[in-house]
Amino acid sequence: MTTQPVSPAESPVQDREVTPPAMRKLEVQTATATVPPSDSTPRSPSPLELGHRSRGRTIKDVIARIVMWGSFGLAMVPLVWILFTVISHGVGLLLQSQWWTNSQRNINSTDVGGGAIHAIQGTLLQAAVTAVIAVPIGVLTAIYLVEYGRGAVARAVSFMVDILTGVPSIVAALFIYAVWVTTFGFQRVGFAVCLALVLLMLPVVVRSTEEMLKLVPNELREASYALGVPKWVTIVRIVLPTAFSGIVTGILLGLARIIGETAPLLILGPYTKSIATNLFAGPMPTLPTMINQDRTELGIAAAVERMWATALTLIFIVLLLNLVGRLVARFGRVRS
Amino acid sequence: MSSITGASVASQFPGDGPSGRSNIEGDSATSRRIGDRIFAGASRGAGLLVIALVTLIGVFLLAQAIPALLKDQASFLTSREWAPGGDAPRFGIVELLWTTVASSAIAMVIAVPFGVAVALFITQYAPRWLKRTAASLVDLLAAVPSIVYGLWAALTFRSLISPVEGGLQDVLGWFPLFSPTGISGGTIFFIGIVLSIMVLPIVTALSREVFDQTPVTHKEGALALGATRWEMIRTAVLPFGRPGVISASMLALGRALGETIAVTFLVSKLADNTPWTFSLFNGGETFASRIANNAAEFDTPAKTGAYIAAGLVLFVLTFIVNAIARVVIERRKAFSE
Repeated sequence: MTTQPVSPAESPVQDREVTPPAMRKLEVQTATATVPPSDSTPRSPSPLELGHRSRGRTIKDVIARIVMWGSFGLAMVPLVWILFTVISHGVGLLLQSQWWTNSQRNINSTDVGGGAIHAIQGTLLQAAVTAVIAVPIGVLTAIYLVEYGRGAVARAVSFMVDILTGVPSIVAALFIYAVWVTTFGFQRVGFAVCLALVLLMLPVVVRSTEEMLKLVPNELREASYALGVPKWVTIVRIVLPTAFSGIVTGILLGLARIIGETAPLLILGPYTKSIATNLFAGPMPTLPTMINQDRTELGIAAAVERMWATALTLIFIVLLLNLVGRLVARFGRVRS
Repeated sequence: MSSITGASVASQFPGDGPSGRSNIEGDSATSRRIGDRIFAGASRGAGLLVIALVTLIGVFLLAQAIPALLKDQASFLTSREWAPGGDAPRFGIVELLWTTVASSAIAMVIAVPFGVAVALFITQYAPRWLKRTAASLVDLLAAVPSIVYGLWAALTFRSLISPVEGGLQDVLGWFPLFSPTGISGGTIFFIGIVLSIMVLPIVTALSREVFDQTPVTHKEGALALGATRWEMIRTAVLPFGRPGVISASMLALGRALGETIAVTFLVSKLADNTPWTFSLFNGGETFASRIANNAAEFDTPAKTGAYIAAGLVLFVLTFIVNAIARVVIERRKAFSE
């Protein structure tokens, strides 16, 4: 990709500058080709006549345009439908203050409402611990790949990151189960869930950090070396700060991915209705397991409402993380 | 994926070794200072840890699956039974494999053309004001947690698909893939459709990236030769983006194969001794949903081993798919450098 004249970061800009005139020309062509039909029937067989675009080609072009617009429209249907379903069923409980302050303790499935603070706390706590483990490993791995790695080892690391990207969450959970419960004989606790989530978050952090480190101009590194700064100080003081916002974005997107994961929780993180913040003992409630709990009682209106409200809370947190990640990306991108 | 800054002086030193990677990766500036050695060691250690983790996943799953497999009284690869408990466990994966692969295949058949079309829309057709919004909306689809997809599909989307399934069975019932089964709701067909919605943003996001990288000169060349916009896409954008689309599809396929919770909400468990059928309107469980549904049953090592063996097959399956994706990307790199 190095010989490519337009670098990907700039290409959208160039694209915008260059293509519209060409496209406009095309539109003019289309207009002349389609508007005067009388012109095409008595066509003179002059050799200079370049001819008009055949009707078949025009029709194909129009069909393609309709298909593209249509596919986009169709792809939006599930999005709107899902958001509408979740919001319309769940927003009622979210507007009550007890949703954000109480737990489900002493609330039977037939009782209306209750709170979700226990599950929100559990989810955020597990996400935080996961990040604390995954971020240093992920960032260091990315530094290795970009700044140090060469040859077979680096290729192997890069390949393994790709494989890790594709590991299904249920397999990650089974692996941790095989280590944590079967081999070491520990209980199924919150920390085991975090370990499984680390496996899922790690590749996201590595890949996004790697991309960002590659965006840091080499001139910065070279200037630093020329001043006699050691390599590791260059990385810590020059490279990482330059790429900082991009790295933060990657971390937030990685968090957004793991917060919605349910499979590891099913296998490793039993649910409880009370507030529990001990990662190393006892069950720990989270939003996905709370949804799963209420889902078993679809006949009870109160449980169903609670289920949708929990789902909405989960979407809300995930979207918030995504949004913050995007804002950080937009306002602090690497300038070369 | 690509180096923005162009050639690095550091990489032109002769002692650099035959690194076929982009210039920016690795320079020879590491000194023997203690700080440098610690930092280089730590980052190398993190890299090696990643290798170790993936290896350990394989090793641990294998180690715990083998004892269970040795006790298995039925053929693991060809049996349809699943009774992992007791003294004479009998379990086989052929049904799980069929459901998993068939539903993922349906998801691919729908999601790949659709995802590519949406990516083309965003990169080639959308007016500028819509471009960024459209991209964010598709990303939003990816941000919805899979458990929410599961709820939505099980509780509202199903009512839309059931009549479609009925209609297909009536019209195409003579064809083995569409033969009627009397099951409605959690069919392979329905799971495939839900999976296709879930992986569509993956296909779109990655395809979009490569389509955006199509050299402007290629596109202008096609247009200057009188191509319509569609012809320009067909002759310039799609050939350039094909490897990207293939690897995007592979990643999406990996995601579809391993999708757990949404599928668990949807599947309908088949009763024992249900006659075998190739119909897509049959029920059945995937690897992931079988494991997730029975997480409470992990009491004896032998029983757990059976589920771990199923998980191992899933791991191997996704490993192969992702490795293929990786090879495709590598080949693309080789061609474009």
